[in-house]
Amino acid sequence: MAKKTYLQALNEAMRLEMERDADVFIIGEDVGKFGGCFGVTQGLFDKFGSERVIDTPITESAIVGAAVGSAVSGLRPVAELMFVDFIGCALDQLFNQGAKMRYMFGGKAKVPMTLRMPQGAGVCAAAQHSQSLEAWFMHIPGIKVAIPSTPYDAKGLLISAIREDNPVIFLEHKMLYGVEGEVPDESYTIPLGKADVKREGADVTVVATSRMVHSALEAAETLAASGISVEVVDPRSLQPLDSDTIVESVKKTHALVVAHEAVGFAGPGAEIIAQVAEKALDYLDAPVKRVAAPFCPVPFSPPLEQAFIPGADAIVAAVKSLR
Amino acid sequence: MKSPDKKVLLSMFGTMHKIRAFETACQEFFAAGKIPGFVHLYLGEEAVATGACATLRKTDMITSTHRGHGHCLAKGGDLKFMMAEIFGRKTGYCKGKGGSMHIADVHIGILGANGIVGGGGPLAAGAALSSKYRKSDTVTVCFFGDGASNQGTTQEALNLASAWKLPLVFINENNGYGISCPQSKSMAITDIADRASAYDMPGVVVDGNDVLAVYEAVSEAVNRARQGKGPSLLECKTYRWRGHFEGDPTVYRPESELKEWMAKDPIPRFAKKLLDSKQATQAELDAIVGGVKKEVEEAVAFAESSPYPELADLLEDVYA
Ligand SMILES: Cc1ncc(C[n+]2csc(CCOP(=O)(O)OP(=O)(O)O)c2C)c(N)n1
Ligand SMILES: [Mg+2]
Repeated sequence: MAKKTYLQALNEAMRLEMERDADVFIIGEDVGKFGGCFGVTQGLFDKFGSERVIDTPITESAIVGAAVGSAVSGLRPVAELMFVDFIGCALDQLFNQGAKMRYMFGGKAKVPMTLRMPQGAGVCAAAQHSQSLEAWFMHIPGIKVAIPSTPYDAKGLLISAIREDNPVIFLEHKMLYGVEGEVPDESYTIPLGKADVKREGADVTVVATSRMVHSALEAAETLAASGISVEVVDPRSLQPLDSDTIVESVKKTHALVVAHEAVGFAGPGAEIIAQVAEKALDYLDAPVKRVAAPFCPVPFSPPLEQAFIPGADAIVAAVKSLR
Repeated sequence: MKSPDKKVLLSMFGTMHKIRAFETACQEFFAAGKIPGFVHLYLGEEAVATGACATLRKTDMITSTHRGHGHCLAKGGDLKFMMAEIFGRKTGYCKGKGGSMHIADVHIGILGANGIVGGGGPLAAGAALSSKYRKSDTVTVCFFGDGASNQGTTQEALNLASAWKLPLVFINENNGYGISCPQSKSMAITDIADRASAYDMPGVVVDGNDVLAVYEAVSEAVNRARQGKGPSLLECKTYRWRGHFEGDPTVYRPESELKEWMAKDPIPRFAKKLLDSKQATQAELDAIVGGVKKEVEEAVAFAESSPYPELADLLEDVYA
């Protein structure tokens, strides 16, 4: 195995799937020669040419719509929006069209498309380029939502997403692109809907997503020094959500903290906590805690942005407050 | 059309220089690591915002773009508050919450830069609707790029303005690229102004590096809008000197193209016109350049000496 970045892992997943299946193609703004806004499609244009790595005008609605339309007519598009924030320009094509086609058409159509979008704060890109919107997508029946935290997961999940016969929203974190990890060269899949226990522990379950998985691991390390054993669970996909793994962990630790970078109110954590409340309330020895962004747009100024992003400290404090 | 008087001419010369000096300072301080986030500079395109906004009143409104410093300066934005915002300071226009891409001053009709390409069109239609609704003769100018012209929102706004005869002037800043994508790959037409005919409004191609040409074309469109005769679409052909954002290596365009356009620098071109026609002396122009330089230096000093927002500010201003 070799060390690769999250970005390289994603790039490799697309390359492998494009080699394997001639129906897979890439569509988005500046994804060609330029290599994508963050460089994720770098090199694919040179390898596969302009027919399979398609630069579009600035036209998010048509990018998503063209992905839906080409998918329902037999192709397997991997569309990219430069920032998840731009989904606002394209929502109808996603949620009224792509997400519902199969159901509305009585199960007689399929929409095998992947929509990749980077999320998250951390580069002072301000309110329209920094959001974490996973909860929006979780709320739409008909689409799946993947949200990898490591290079290994990024590759395996993206390959699964591309092979999936439903629309998959694939949420990357722009602060993770440079993160390195072990990634096999060969193709492999990680099923959507299978959580991963990133660290085993006995005292508290921390369910974290995306960049917050790294903060949770850092917090777990800090807490271990004070004798608190933290189990870190990464759902890896939010729809389907592997509540079994989460519930199992809570039954063992009897305490739950949920950590995500999306704002707390009606955020993804609300669903995770509701699932635990329904399935394992009696096992909880303490109230549940949420570590999330405050309920405001993402601010520009560096000190405010840093205060906005929930970090390892907040997780440590939340865990300690349970005891 | 009568040509602008000396006061207007010199003011436009000053504005172009102000934008040039302001953007050059941004370039420098971004490189020095003092400006966080993204900055999209307006260097090379100064004549468009300058000529356009010189036709406007304080009560008129504009919608701007991610490349918005020039529009804001030309519409009368305060350099200090702008620079402080770009530096992320509490004294900035948006208290440090918006940054370069969200500078606004609604009290002088600057309805905001915009991080969403194509975000401005419908907003501009709404502002123009507001003028019409209140039976005011104010006009709105919508600045947008060649890339933005392909967004559905832009086309929807053009149609709305046309169907409702709104007092709205669409000013397309065609600098040939949307990030790495050349115009030839994002649309089949050469002149974006051609799209005006689909909306039954005047469509005019303008030399965007000639401030007087911009001034004249926009004056006519603004007068038309003020008189209730409806919207226009002006396409100002220009070029951005810098990369899409600071840090963009611009591998997608040939160096020769940049050189060609730099030779069409709108500022010396205008200075020469002023001098040749004896509408200004070199001493007058030098004094303006010196004054503007000082203003920019003061803005930088103000920004650098201003505090960052406090953490307690985080949850302020989410709601009215
Ligand atoms: C909805 C949306 N899509 C994509 C982007 C990313 N983006 C920012 S500026 C830009 C290019 C804009 O091109 P143009 O409208 O020609 O303006 P220019 O940068 O040339 O001034 C792109 C694609 C964005 N900010 N918003
Ligand atoms: Mg452009």
